[in-house]
Amino acid sequence: MKTNETEKSSIQSMLDKKYRDGRAGRGEKIIPVLLFLMAAVSVATTIGIVLTLIIETFSFFKQIPITEFFTETEWYPFSETQATYGILPLIVGTLKITLIAGVTAIPIGLAVAIYLSEYASRRVTKVMKPVLEVLAGVPTIVYGFFALTFVTPLIRSLFPSVEMFNAISPGIVVGIMIIPTVVSLSVDALSSVPTAVRQGSLALGATKWETTWRVAIPAALSGIIASIVLALSRAIGETMIVSIAAGSTPTASLELTSSLQTMTSYIVQVTGGDAGYGTTIYYSIYAVGFTLFLFTLFMNMLAQRISKRFREAY
Amino acid sequence: MALAVVERRVDNPVEQPSVERPVVYNTSGCNLWYGDHHALKNINLEMREKEVTAIIGPSGCGKSTYIKTLNRMIDLVPNVRTSGTIEYRGRDIFSKEFRVEELRTRVGMVFQKPNPFPKSIFENVAFSLRIHGIKNKKLVHERVEKSLRQAAIWDEVKDRLHENAYGLSGGQQQRLCIARSLALEPDVLLMDEPTSALDPVSTLKVEELVHELKEKYSIIIVTHNMQQAARISDKTAFFLNGEVVEYDTTDKIFNRPSDSRTEDYISGRFG
Ligand SMILES: Nc1ncnc2c1ncn2[C@@H]1O[C@H](COP(=O)(O)OP(=O)(O)O)[C@@H](O)[C@H]1O
Ligand SMILES: [Mg+2]
Repeated sequence: MKTNETEKSSIQSMLDKKYRDGRAGRGEKIIPVLLFLMAAVSVATTIGIVLTLIIETFSFFKQIPITEFFTETEWYPFSETQATYGILPLIVGTLKITLIAGVTAIPIGLAVAIYLSEYASRRVTKVMKPVLEVLAGVPTIVYGFFALTFVTPLIRSLFPSVEMFNAISPGIVVGIMIIPTVVSLSVDALSSVPTAVRQGSLALGATKWETTWRVAIPAALSGIIASIVLALSRAIGETMIVSIAAGSTPTASLELTSSLQTMTSYIVQVTGGDAGYGTTIYYSIYAVGFTLFLFTLFMNMLAQRISKRFREAY
Repeated sequence: MALAVVERRVDNPVEQPSVERPVVYNTSGCNLWYGDHHALKNINLEMREKEVTAIIGPSGCGKSTYIKTLNRMIDLVPNVRTSGTIEYRGRDIFSKEFRVEELRTRVGMVFQKPNPFPKSIFENVAFSLRIHGIKNKKLVHERVEKSLRQAAIWDEVKDRLHENAYGLSGGQQQRLCIARSLALEPDVLLMDEPTSALDPVSTLKVEELVHELKEKYSIIIVTHNMQQAARISDKTAFFLNGEVVEYDTTDKIFNRPSDSRTEDYISGRFG
């Protein structure tokens, strides 16, 4: 009893000291200020980037009419005599790559996600997950070389009419690159479907596959779609792989076997070359960049809206 | 608590053990292990057609384990081993020839917590018809309506059949789950503490429902509410530590138990 009291009073005296010298809680006021500053810096940076993009895009449209940019069907910025700036070929190139990437990544990604969340044992998941994480961590330039030195020769040995630079090889490899995005977000969506709901289906005599296909997947659908949209958004913005393996021929043709150029690979081409500051070509990368930005912004907002709906379900 | 039961039973002291009805489930010498844990020990029970069999006993005594074994939902738990036999209408439920999906279409199940599908009310009930290939629209509509009526929820949902089931209250969701399990016109209905997550009013509704459903279905219901067992069941099995201590008519179990442990339990001395 007595020791207890002295102990208590000694702790109380320590507290007395703490509050007497006025240092207590001083940090509490500074912390939110610091955190706010960090937040402000990152927001300001983002705004700065978008503003630069917009301002330089305006400079471009002072030299090239915006109507030409959107209605002209050819992109020949380097022509000495008659430069034309019609964005269409770059958009077509981007969409061709995205389409092939989607065709590759969606079925494989969904199959892997369904396998991991519904069928795989703990042991298998333990092995597969790190492998997928490694896949997500590979630098895209490595994927680019993989496309150029492995996939392209493979495709050309099977189909000799395919050119060295084409849409198929980088498209497939971009697809491989975005598989982890599809898988990890779809697995999240599927595993948020309660086990009890699956049991309800099994108890009605549904098989495992019927339960997966008619209960789990529909319940997770918005999350799955959001994962696909987000992955496609990454494919649209992918740069290194297409720069290395798709070529640099802007064309609005829908052909997949010959060289093309995407919005990103055009920007790489110009920034890697020696287009002088203030030239039309220099400004054009901002206009292209801004167009690209609108594409990915739209996709990301779409993904967010879809997945918000999905989170409300449970 | 036991007194109240006794009083009620005194009003109609003789429960006529009418002509013995056909056996639906015959469990003999059934054991079950979760890994090393011996959860069911030499269970011997016979359950009959169009009767309500209550399974009572303290928490952890194996009630859920047993009822999940009856429709083999226990298969979903890894490392489970069983021995002995359970026959459903004379067919060994563990045999390879008896597909587990078929068993589960004959024997419906209602879970402790309502677990509707994140689909419309209509689709919740139509689900089992659809997966078992019943496409006829008229038939599906008829079955859905009939099941919802049998589950005493039709009037509450008939104007909102195409709204999501998650908008219903807990008690309504549970009755929807009962309707869902009736859609295939099963033979037996297994219920694992179907009212433990419900408020008293919904509980009463479900109890009344069980009373009506007994006309058409054999019902096996787990409950740890003894008054509930006394109110709604014809037979009662008392489980303790994985064993069946006593199995008899509900009247006998609650008024003249032959095992002192049963008496202790129903008089609230443990559990
Ligand atoms: N999935 C499981 N794995 C291991 N042991 C379990 C599992 N489920 C239940 N048990 C054990 O089996 C015994 C019976 O459980 P259960 O059938 O759920 O009891 P009740 O429904 O009567 O409360 C308990 O001791 C419990 O801990
Ligand atoms: Mg239980």
